[in-house]
Amino acid sequence: VSALLPLFVAVPVLSAVLVVATQRRIVRRAVGIVVPAAVSVAGIALVIATRDGQVVVAQVGGWPGGIAITFVADLLSALMLVVSGVLIVASIVFCYATDQDDDPWFISMALVMSAGVYGAYLTADLFNLFVMVEVALLPSYVLFTRRGSSVALRATRLYLTVSLSASTLFLIGLGLVYGVAGTVNIAALEGAGAVPTVAVSVAVILIALAVKSALFPVHSWLPATYPHASPAVTALFSGLLTKIGIYAIIRIIAVVYEPGPVLTAVVVTITLASMVIGVLGALGEQTMRGVLSFHMVSQMGYILVGVVLAGPIGMAAAVFYLVHHTIVKTSLFLTAGAVEDRMGTGRISRLGGIADSHRWTAIAFFLGALSLVGIPPLSGFWAKLGVLTAAVDAQSYLVFGVALLVSIGTLMSMLKLGTGVFWGQPHEELPDQSTGAIAVRARTRWGVGLVLPGLALAGVSLAIGVFPETLIALAETAGASLSDPAAYVEGVLAP
Amino acid sequence: VIIPITVAVLTACGAWMISRGGGVRLVLGFVLLGHAANLILISAGGTARREAPLVGTDVDLAHMADPLPQAFVLTAIVITFGVTVYLLSLVSRTEQDRRQDFSDEEDTR
Repeated sequence: VSALLPLFVAVPVLSAVLVVATQRRIVRRAVGIVVPAAVSVAGIALVIATRDGQVVVAQVGGWPGGIAITFVADLLSALMLVVSGVLIVASIVFCYATDQDDDPWFISMALVMSAGVYGAYLTADLFNLFVMVEVALLPSYVLFTRRGSSVALRATRLYLTVSLSASTLFLIGLGLVYGVAGTVNIAALEGAGAVPTVAVSVAVILIALAVKSALFPVHSWLPATYPHASPAVTALFSGLLTKIGIYAIIRIIAVVYEPGPVLTAVVVTITLASMVIGVLGALGEQTMRGVLSFHMVSQMGYILVGVVLAGPIGMAAAVFYLVHHTIVKTSLFLTAGAVEDRMGTGRISRLGGIADSHRWTAIAFFLGALSLVGIPPLSGFWAKLGVLTAAVDAQSYLVFGVALLVSIGTLMSMLKLGTGVFWGQPHEELPDQSTGAIAVRARTRWGVGLVLPGLALAGVSLAIGVFPETLIALAETAGASLSDPAAYVEGVLAP
Repeated sequence: VIIPITVAVLTACGAWMISRGGGVRLVLGFVLLGHAANLILISAGGTARREAPLVGTDVDLAHMADPLPQAFVLTAIVITFGVTVYLLSLVSRTEQDRRQDFSDEEDTR
C-alpha cells in the first residue's frame, strides 16, 4: 500500500492536464471536486494507518533509504492531507459559485498547486521540499495575476519578489547544508543541529520558510498582497501555502534541532512578536480580508510557539492549533469572500447590517470568528487551551500572558468586523448598478454554493469543539512522535 | 577563491537590481541571484574532484565529482528558467497595458 504515496502528487498533476484538455465544463468541475475529495479520503486512511505513531514510507524506485527519493506519511502529514483536501473542496465549490472557473486555467492551476502541497507534506528530503514548494508556488503566481487591475498588479509584483527571494534563499541554504552535512535528507540530519555549521545552514532554510509563512519580522508582505487576490484564491492560499511553510518549520525543528535554551529563546521571541504585531495590525485594517490577512500573522505565532514548549505537550498543541487554524481561517476567508461577492465591496465602512438579510452568512462568520477568539464549544477553545497548558507546563508565564492578551486583541478585531459588517444599519449608499446585478444573481442562483463552503468549514470547527477527544488524541500521538522522531527517522532510512 | 568572489558579486548585483525594482531589471536581478545560488550548490559538492562519476570505470573514487549537487542545480535551473519566462511575459503584459493607458489618455484629450 505504501507504494501508492507518490500518487498524492501524480494524480492531481495528471488530472490538471485532463482539465486543460477537456472542453466540457461539467467534466472540469467534476474533476476539480473529485480529486481533492479523494485525497481527503486517502488521507483519512493514512490517519488510521499511522494513528499509533507508525510511519508509512515509500522509497521511489526501490532504492535504499537515504539514497532514494522518499515519500513518508506520519500522523502529522496524514492530518494535514485530510485538512488540505477538505478545504480545497470548499474553496473549489466557492469558485464555482462565483463563476471563477470561467477561466479554464483556474481549476487546473489549483490542482497543480494542491499537488505541490501534498508533496511538501509527504517528502522526507529538503531538496524535494524545495521542489514541491516551487510546484505549489508557480501556479500561485498565475492565480494571483489573473485579476489584472493596477492595484492587483502592484500586489502581484510584491508577492513575486518576496516569494522568489525566499525561494532563492532556500536554495542557497540547501547548498550550505549539503556542503557542511553531505546530505539534505531530513531524517539523516537528525540531531545534526548540535553541529554549529549545520545549525546555521539549516537556519538559512528556516528563514526562507519563515518568509513563506509570514512570521515576524518578515510578515509584512502577506497583509499587503493576500487581500488583492480574488476571494477564492485568498482562501486557497491561506489554507495551503503559508501552511506548508509552518509545517516544514515544525518538522525541521522537531527532527534536526535538539531542544535548548537558545532555540527556545529565538522561537519564543519571534512567535510572541508575530502574535502581538499581527493582532495590532489587524485592528488597523479597513477591509474584511485585510483584517483576516493581518490576523494570520498573529495566528502563525500561536501555532509555532508550542514547538519549543514542554516537549510532546507543546508539539501536540502546535499540531492541534495548525489543524484548527487551517480550517477556521479558510472558513472566514470564504465567508468574507461571499460578503464581498454579494455586496460588491469588502470595505468595512461601506458595509453594515448584513446579519438581517443574510442570516446563514452571519452564522458562518460568527462561528468562525468566535472559534478564532477561542470561545467554547468551538475548536479554537481547545487549541488555545493546549497552547496555554503547554506554556504553564514549561513555566513560561510570559507566553501564557501574551497568548491571553492577544486573544483579547483577536476578540476586538473580530468585533470590529462583526459590528461594522454584520450588525448595525445597512449602509445607505447602495452598490452601483453593475455590482448590484451580480448580487441579485448570486442570491437567486448561487446562494447556497456561496455560503455553504464557509458554513461547512465553520461546522467542522464546531464539531471538533464539541467532540474534541479524537483530534486531541491524534494530536498527542503526533506530538509525541514529533518530539521523539525515532520512528520517522528509522522509517525513512530503512533499507 | 574565485567562486566565493563570483557568488558575492552576483548576489550584490542581483539584490541591487531587485531593490531598484521595475520591469526587466527585476527579472535580470533574479536571474543573477539564481546563478549565485547555483554556484553555491555546485561548490557544496567540492570543486576539486572533476572526473565523471561513473561506477565501473577505473576512475578513483576520490577524484569523482559528486553527482548530487549537479542534479540539484539542473533542477534549480529548470525552475529558474520557468520562473524567468513567466516573469518576462508578465513584464511584457504590464508594458502593453501601460502603453494602452497612455494612448487612451491621448484619445480623451
